[in-house]
Amino acid sequence: MTTPTIITPAMQAAVGVVGEQQVATIEHGAILRFVEAIGDTNPSYPNIAPPTFLRSLGRAIPELPDAESVPRALDGASQWTYGPPVCPGDTVEIATTLHSLKEREGKMGAMLIADYVTLYVNQRGETVATQRNTVIRMGAQT
Amino acid sequence: MSKQPFINDMTVGFKLPVLVKHPTPRQLVQYAGASGDFYEIHYDKDFAVAQGLQGVIIHGALKSAWIAQVVTDWMGAAGLLRSFSVRYRDMDVPGDTLTCTAKVVEKDDAAGTIRCEIDLVNSEGKVTTTGEALVELPAR
Repeated sequence: MTTPTIITPAMQAAVGVVGEQQVATIEHGAILRFVEAIGDTNPSYPNIAPPTFLRSLGRAIPELPDAESVPRALDGASQWTYGPPVCPGDTVEIATTLHSLKEREGKMGAMLIADYVTLYVNQRGETVATQRNTVIRMGAQT
Repeated sequence: MSKQPFINDMTVGFKLPVLVKHPTPRQLVQYAGASGDFYEIHYDKDFAVAQGLQGVIIHGALKSAWIAQVVTDWMGAAGLLRSFSVRYRDMDVPGDTLTCTAKVVEKDDAAGTIRCEIDLVNSEGKVTTTGEALVELPAR
């Protein structure tokens, strides 16, 4: 067991904090722009949204205290679980929780591994998706 | 759109049709706008270099869209993507040719589902991104 060198007490205290809840309306045009950008001509779109479209709705990530000590951030991994489809006209509530913090020694030095869980719930109260996202943060370039 | 696959016809080892992408700097800007991810490492070369990168890199989330697309292109209108995951092992850059391959690694007849492993491979043959998908298919 090594002593954490990146995770400050303030960071640790932020685990479990939920970011500001957001509400988004699913727009036909926004889905069209999204599928054009990813280059996907599936005829199901834009009558339903493609799997990763929800990410474009934005999400309020709870603030990470002392983040200035690890200013470089990279997307490490994502895991999506889906419920009913997301369609134009739906209203989706989005809430993101800082699920866990870990640290690891990588080839670019010590890394902070932050796991966030985002829940997407539609106007019928159905969870349309759960996204678990891993963000890797590192110290400034030396 | 390919014809509808059925769970009855699936076998472990089955390979899905490959998906080939030719990302350009323009596409990264387009994706930044459509997704709202305006992190400068994806379109501002000077910024990316100052961050210790060789140049701009492709959004991880854009690669995850392709990891999902190789499955959704194939599963037909009656197929359901139950879950999928993506892990970024290395960075990818615009100008490269990226190929997504997927194969069935598990089949659950009772649930009517298959699990696929997906690789995103760059033009040097290196797997830069991996994924997994759980897909529900109709029975014949």
